[in-house]
Amino acid sequence: MLAKRIIACLDVANGRVVKGVNFLDLRDAGDPVELAARYDAQGVDELVFLDVAATVENRSTLVDLVSRTARNVFIPLTVGGGISSVDEARAVIRAGADKISINSAAVWRPELVHELSNEFGSQAVVLAIDARRDGEMWRVYTKGGRQAEQMDVIEWAQNAEQLGVGEILLTSMDADGVQAGFDLPLTSAVREAVRVPVIASGGAGALGDFSTILKVADAALAASVFHFGTFSIAEVKQYVADAGIVVRK
Amino acid sequence: MIAVVDYGAGNLRSVTNVLNRIGAQYQVVDDGRSLIGATKILLPGVGHFGQLCDALDKRDLRSTLVDALNNGVSYLGICLGMQVLFAQSEEAEGSRGLSIFNGSIRKFDSSERIPHMGWNTLESRAKSALLEATDSEQYAYFAHSYFCPVIDSTTFTTSYDSNFSSVIEHGNIFGLQFHPEKSGQLGIDIITKFVGL
Repeated sequence: MLAKRIIACLDVANGRVVKGVNFLDLRDAGDPVELAARYDAQGVDELVFLDVAATVENRSTLVDLVSRTARNVFIPLTVGGGISSVDEARAVIRAGADKISINSAAVWRPELVHELSNEFGSQAVVLAIDARRDGEMWRVYTKGGRQAEQMDVIEWAQNAEQLGVGEILLTSMDADGVQAGFDLPLTSAVREAVRVPVIASGGAGALGDFSTILKVADAALAASVFHFGTFSIAEVKQYVADAGIVVRK
Repeated sequence: MIAVVDYGAGNLRSVTNVLNRIGAQYQVVDDGRSLIGATKILLPGVGHFGQLCDALDKRDLRSTLVDALNNGVSYLGICLGMQVLFAQSEEAEGSRGLSIFNGSIRKFDSSERIPHMGWNTLESRAKSALLEATDSEQYAYFAHSYFCPVIDSTTFTTSYDSNFSSVIEHGNIFGLQFHPEKSGQLGIDIITKFVGL
C-alpha cells in the first residue's frame, strides 16, 4: 500500500539552512548536507530544498549544494526557489534533483508548467502554492509571500493540473511558522479539486498535527519542528503509524 | 564494463552517484556504437515513452540493445527503462518499444491519484536474483503514471489501483518500476546485486 509521506523542508540561503516565522525574520538552522543526511538516517521520506534567497549570483551555490547532497543521500530530492526556465530546472536536475518546485514564475507565466512537464515529465514538476485566506476564498501569493495575486488557489491548482504538474505543495501562510496545526480546510479543498497528490505544508507544531492532516493529504511537510529538534522524524512516523496511518518504517 | 545509457532526457546523476558509492566502474554511453562490448547495461529512464523510443532510433541504440540482450548481456532498466522492454504503451500509441515482452503499458485508473508517487511495498511473487523476499515490509520509491502488467517473468508486484509489475526478471534481463537510486539502502543493495551478477 502506498505510504503517506513525511517530508522535511530545508529553506536555504547562501548555502545555509534558515527558518523564519511567516516568511520573515530568518534564523540560521545549520548545514544543509549534514541535515539532509541526519533526516535520511531518521527515516524521512523526501527532502525539499527551497532557495529563499534565490538570486543569479548564488544559483551556482544551490547547484553545488544539490550535487553534494545527492552524492550522499539516496532518497527523493525536490529543489525550488527562483526557477523560471527549462534551463534553470535542467541545471538542478542534472546536479541530482528528482523534482523541481516552481511558484511565482509559474503564476506569472503558467506555460512554464507545460514546458517543464514536457521536458522532464509531470512526475518531476511540483507546483508550490502559497495560500492565504481572503474572505470566502484563498488567495495566491507570490514573491515568498510578499505579493498578493488576483488569483484563486483552487482555480490555480486546477489550471496547473491541466498544464501538467505532477504534485502540489500547498503552503498555508495563515498556518506557517505558527505551529498551531496544518490548515485542514485549505488542504481538503485543494485535494478535492485535483487528482494529483497534495503535500500539506505550514503549521506543524505537535505530533498530532501530522496524523490529523495525513488523513487528508498525501504527504506532510515540515521544517522548524525538525530543525530545532521539537521532535524527530522517527517520532512523527511512530505516532502517525500508531494512529493507523500507513507510513514507511 | 557497465554501460549507463544516456538517451538525452534521463537524470543519470542519481544512478551514477550510487555506482560511485559502491565503487562500480561504468561508462556513460549515448549511442549504439559505444554500447558494443558492454558486459552490463543500465538504462535509467525518465520522461516520455515516445521520446525514449525515438531516441533509441535516433541514437542508433535499438538494434545494438536488442542484440546485446539476445547475447546474454545483463540489462537493468529503471522505470521507463523497464517499460520500454514491452512492445507498446498507452502513453505513445504509435511508438514501438523493444518488444522483449508481450503486453502493453497502461495508465493508472483515475480512481487513484496520478502520478503514483511515493513509497510503496514490494510483494514477492517468484524467486528473485536481485531482492530476497522478507517477512517485513520492503518499501521502494515510485514516481510514474503508467505501469507494466503482471507477466510470467514478474518477480515482485506492487498494488496501486490494481497489481502491477514492480520487478521483472527474465534470464539476463531485469526491470524495476521503482527508482532503486532513490530507495535508500534497499535500492543500493539491488544495484550492488546487479553489478555483482
